[in-house]
Amino acid sequence: MAVKTLIEAIRDAMDEEMERDPSVFVIGEDVGVRGGVFLATDGLANKYGEDRVIDSPLAESSIVGVAIGAAANGMRPIAEIQFADFIGPAYNQIVQEAARFCYRSAGDFCLPMVIRAPWGGGVHGAIYHSQSIEATFGHVPGLKVVVPGTPADAKGLLKAAIRDPDPVLFLEHKRTYRLIRGEVPDGDHLVAIGTAEVRREGKDLSLIAYGLMLHYCLEAAEKLAGEGVSVEVLDLRSIKPMDDAAILKTTRKTGKVLIVHEDNQFGGIAGEVMAIIMESAFDALDAPVMRLCGPDVPAMPYNHVLEAAFMPSVDRIAEKARELAAY
Amino acid sequence: MKTEPRAAATGKDGLSESELLGLYREMLLIRRFEEKTAEMYQMAKIGGFCHLNIGEEAAIVGTISALRAADYVYSNYREHGHALAKGVEARAVMAELYGKETGTSKGRGGSMHLFSAEHRFHGGYAIVGEALPIAVGTGYAIVYQDKPEVVMSIFGDGATNIGAFHESLNVAKLWKLPIVFVCINNQYGMGTAVSRASAVSEIWKKACAYDMTGERVDGMDVLAVRAVTDRLVSQARERREPSLLECVTYRYKGHSMSDPDTYRQKEEIKEWQGRDAILSLGNHLKQLKLAGDQDLERIDQEVTAEVEEAVKFAEESPEPDPRQLYRYVYADEEAG
Repeated sequence: MAVKTLIEAIRDAMDEEMERDPSVFVIGEDVGVRGGVFLATDGLANKYGEDRVIDSPLAESSIVGVAIGAAANGMRPIAEIQFADFIGPAYNQIVQEAARFCYRSAGDFCLPMVIRAPWGGGVHGAIYHSQSIEATFGHVPGLKVVVPGTPADAKGLLKAAIRDPDPVLFLEHKRTYRLIRGEVPDGDHLVAIGTAEVRREGKDLSLIAYGLMLHYCLEAAEKLAGEGVSVEVLDLRSIKPMDDAAILKTTRKTGKVLIVHEDNQFGGIAGEVMAIIMESAFDALDAPVMRLCGPDVPAMPYNHVLEAAFMPSVDRIAEKARELAAY
Repeated sequence: MKTEPRAAATGKDGLSESELLGLYREMLLIRRFEEKTAEMYQMAKIGGFCHLNIGEEAAIVGTISALRAADYVYSNYREHGHALAKGVEARAVMAELYGKETGTSKGRGGSMHLFSAEHRFHGGYAIVGEALPIAVGTGYAIVYQDKPEVVMSIFGDGATNIGAFHESLNVAKLWKLPIVFVCINNQYGMGTAVSRASAVSEIWKKACAYDMTGERVDGMDVLAVRAVTDRLVSQARERREPSLLECVTYRYKGHSMSDPDTYRQKEEIKEWQGRDAILSLGNHLKQLKLAGDQDLERIDQEVTAEVEEAVKFAEESPEPDPRQLYRYVYADEEAG
C-alpha cells in the first residue's frame, strides 16, 4: 500500500493497463510529448511510443471519433478531453455514436473505450474551465459515467473502465488531482463500476456526494460529530449505472438524506437520487430529502467571491445538514 | 491531380468479362432494389425516412467493387446500395427497411442505420459527416495492428462543409492512414445546390488543403469510377496514402421519399437520366460483344427475382419482440 495523489493513481492505472494490454492506447491534446496539461500521461509516450500515446490535433470531434473507430476494430482507446468544458464538439460522437453504436448495430459493434475528462470548479478556472457535465451525459443510455473521489478509486475504477466492454465517461475532479492523497492498494486493484461506497458510518442522517464534494461532506460530517450529530457519508462514485441499493440502504438506516453536488440543481443528479428514494424508500423517511447544489447560473464566475458563492462549501453543507438533523 | 470527366468507356479497362458483367449486375440490383423500396414505401410497408440511390449506381458500384471483402466501408444515410455493393444480402437489407428481426440491425435502425460486421459494412449514419472521424479511427487501428486492409469512407457533397470532414482529412494525411474518402456529389444537399452551399464547388479541390491526392471522376461512368478507385485503393494499401475522390453524379429521385423535389428543373433531371450509367454499360457490353439483349434481360430477371425474394423474406419475417427493447444497450445486454 502506497500513498498517492489522485493524479498519480490515474497515471498508474493507465501505465499498468498499457503494460498488460497492447490494444490500449491514449489519444488527446498534448498527452504525448507534453504529458498532458495536468501531467496525467507524463512519461507514457517515452515508455510506450508516440503511436500509442498520440498527440492529436486540437479537434475533439475527431479525438472521440477516432477512438470509436479504433474500438470497433480491436483496440481499447483512452481518449482525453483536456477539460470537460471542451467536450462540446465531441458531443455528437459521444452521444449519437458511442452511446448508440451497440444498440443500433444490434450488438454487431460494442465499444470498449474510455473518455477521460477533468471537470469541476474551485480553481478560479471561470466559465470554461470549471464545468460539471455528469448530469448531461448521465442522461444518455449506452454510456457509463464514473466520478472517482479517492486515489484508490481513481485507479481501480479507471482500470475497470479500460477493461469494460462499453464506452465509459471517466470524470476526474481537477481540484482533487493534487489536493487528495490516499493509500492505493498494491497490485492489480480493480473497483467495480456501478458500486457506491460508504465513506463514514453514521446513524442520524446521510450525505450523498461524489468528487470534490465527497471530501467537503466528510469535513462537514466531522464538524457535526463534534456537535453530537452522527452523519453517514455515501460516495456515489458511479453516476451511471447508479447504485440504487446503496442509496436505499443508507436512506433506510438514517431516514434523512442530503445530496450535494456542484453541478447546477435543475435536472441534476440530486433530483434523480431523490426520485429513487421517493419511489422505493418513502416509508423510511423522517424528513424531506434535501439537496445542496450549484446554482442555476450559466457557468462558474471567475471572481473568488462569486466562485465561493457558487461552490457548495463545508460550512454550507454543515448548515444544511444541521437543518436536516433538526427537522 | 485531377481526372477530367470523360465521355464514355472505350474498352474493358483492364477488367475481365465476368467483372464487367458483375458491375452491370450489381448496378441493376441496386436499381431494382430501390425501385421496389419506393413501391413498398408507398404501400406503407416501409416507414420513416427513406433515401434512394437511383441514379448513383455507377458511383457506388465503381468505388466499392474496388475493395476486398476484408476492407471496410463507412457510409451515410443513403446507403441501401452501399450495403448491397459490399455484399450484404438484399433480404437482410429489405428486412431492415421493414424493421424486422431478421434485418441487419434487427429492426433497431431501419433505412439509415444498416450495419453488418460480417461484411465489414460499418454503418449507415444519419447525421451528416459523423462517420468520417470514425473511419479514421479504423484506419489508425489497421496501421497499429499492421494489417493490409483499406477503409472507404463514403459521404455526400453536403458533408464536405462540416468540421468533421476537415478534421478527418487532416488526421488521415497527418498519420498516413489507408483511407479513400469518397464524395458522392449528387449536386444537391437536400434542396440546396452545391454551388450555393460550398465556397469551393469542385469538391476534389478540398484535398489540396491537406496535401492529399484529390480526384474528380464522372460518376455516371462505372468503368471510369472503378479505374480511378483501383488506383486510390492501391496507394492507400501499398503506401498508406489517403485520398479524396469526388464522383459527380445525380439522384433521379428527391432527397427522400417525402421530398417534393421542387428545387430542380425537369429538364435537368431528364438530361442526367439520358446519361444513365446502367444503360451506358449495357450498350458498352453489347458493343464489345460481351452480352446481347437476351443476356442483359436474363440479368434483369435474376436481380428482379432476388429483390422479390427479399421482399417475401421481409414480409414473412417476425417483428422484434418488445421484451427485447432493452437488449444491446450495453455489451453484456443485462446492464442498464
